Amino acid sequence: MSEVIVITSGKGGVGKTTTTANVGTGLAQLNKKVVMIDTDIGLRNLDVVMGLENRIVYNLVDVIEGKCRLKQALIKDKKYPELCLLPSAQTRDKDAVTPEQMKELIEELRGEFDYILLDCPAGIEQGFKNAIAGADRALVVTTPEVSAVRDADRIIGLLEANEIGRIDLIVNRLRMDMVKRGDMMNVDDVTEILAVNLIGAVPDDEQIVVSTNQGEPLVGSSALAGQAYANISRRIIGEEVPFLDLEAKQGVFSKLKGLFGKN
Amino acid sequence: MGLMDLFKKKSSGDVAKDRLKLLLVSDRANCSPEVMEMIKNDIIAVISKYMDIDTEALNIQITQTESESNNGTVPALYANIPIKDMKHKPN
Repeated sequence: MSEVIVITSGKGGVGKTTTTANVGTGLAQLNKKVVMIDTDIGLRNLDVVMGLENRIVYNLVDVIEGKCRLKQALIKDKKYPELCLLPSAQTRDKDAVTPEQMKELIEELRGEFDYILLDCPAGIEQGFKNAIAGADRALVVTTPEVSAVRDADRIIGLLEANEIGRIDLIVNRLRMDMVKRGDMMNVDDVTEILAVNLIGAVPDDEQIVVSTNQGEPLVGSSALAGQAYANISRRIIGEEVPFLDLEAKQGVFSKLKGLFGKN
Repeated sequence: MGLMDLFKKKSSGDVAKDRLKLLLVSDRANCSPEVMEMIKNDIIAVISKYMDIDTEALNIQITQTESESNNGTVPALYANIPIKDMKHKPN
């Protein structure tokens, strides 16, 4: 049985695409067959975060308009052959696709993959409606800031109204130094306010920028954010994984490993 | 109150949490500030028929309150209306 997961947030810039890339790669590391769909038509980003921007021939809109077969538009990941990307169209706009067409596309993919991840655009308009149309469950990404949490609350309301079966929360970009001195809401504060199940907390990590620069998701590396994403992926497939201690200082060794990227 | 309490400021994280809690209650109740203002004016109009109230100090807001029937909280309209004079006003 395949599962369709939409990654959404309401507010822009909180880490939806980074989360999609890392969770998708994380699930592939757990030997799952995964397809990631960039549903942000007009502003495509998931391809660059994955480092696959040079391999695009066809896109989501081409598939929907019947200009190519679905298989032709799927791009295989560099490292994991069981991980695919369906890129978005850069030169079209959101109403090139309807929710019904998205549902049809997802039904076609269900037979082929264990997980179908939908990277949702910011906002609550057409693009959001397209992205959630065929979803079974949702990962709501937020940061511990008032604006992001408020938008997340609105999104959760809309997901519930659309009868999305399961909603999980990811609190992203936590700065433990600020949390410690009381200048940032902590994970428990945000979870309490939004009243949904917490599936992961990701620290603000410079390595995320480095990995995005290189077009290689961080998940699975020793960097704290990489560990956090690996844990989220394992929780998605149903494993019980204890939450990371984000306050623990990283050892010199793992810092050094982080510096050299690979491990 | 201890001397230290005078210097203790509420941390900005707590301020954020408190602001959000209030904000989300009215967001969820789908109640805009304009609607709140209209409710407030109507309350003033009705109560003023029977008593003299302090319209400046009047405060209404939507808060969460424990629900008896279902096991959660429900929104409630809270109004604090200071009375200046209980006497009936001649119409």
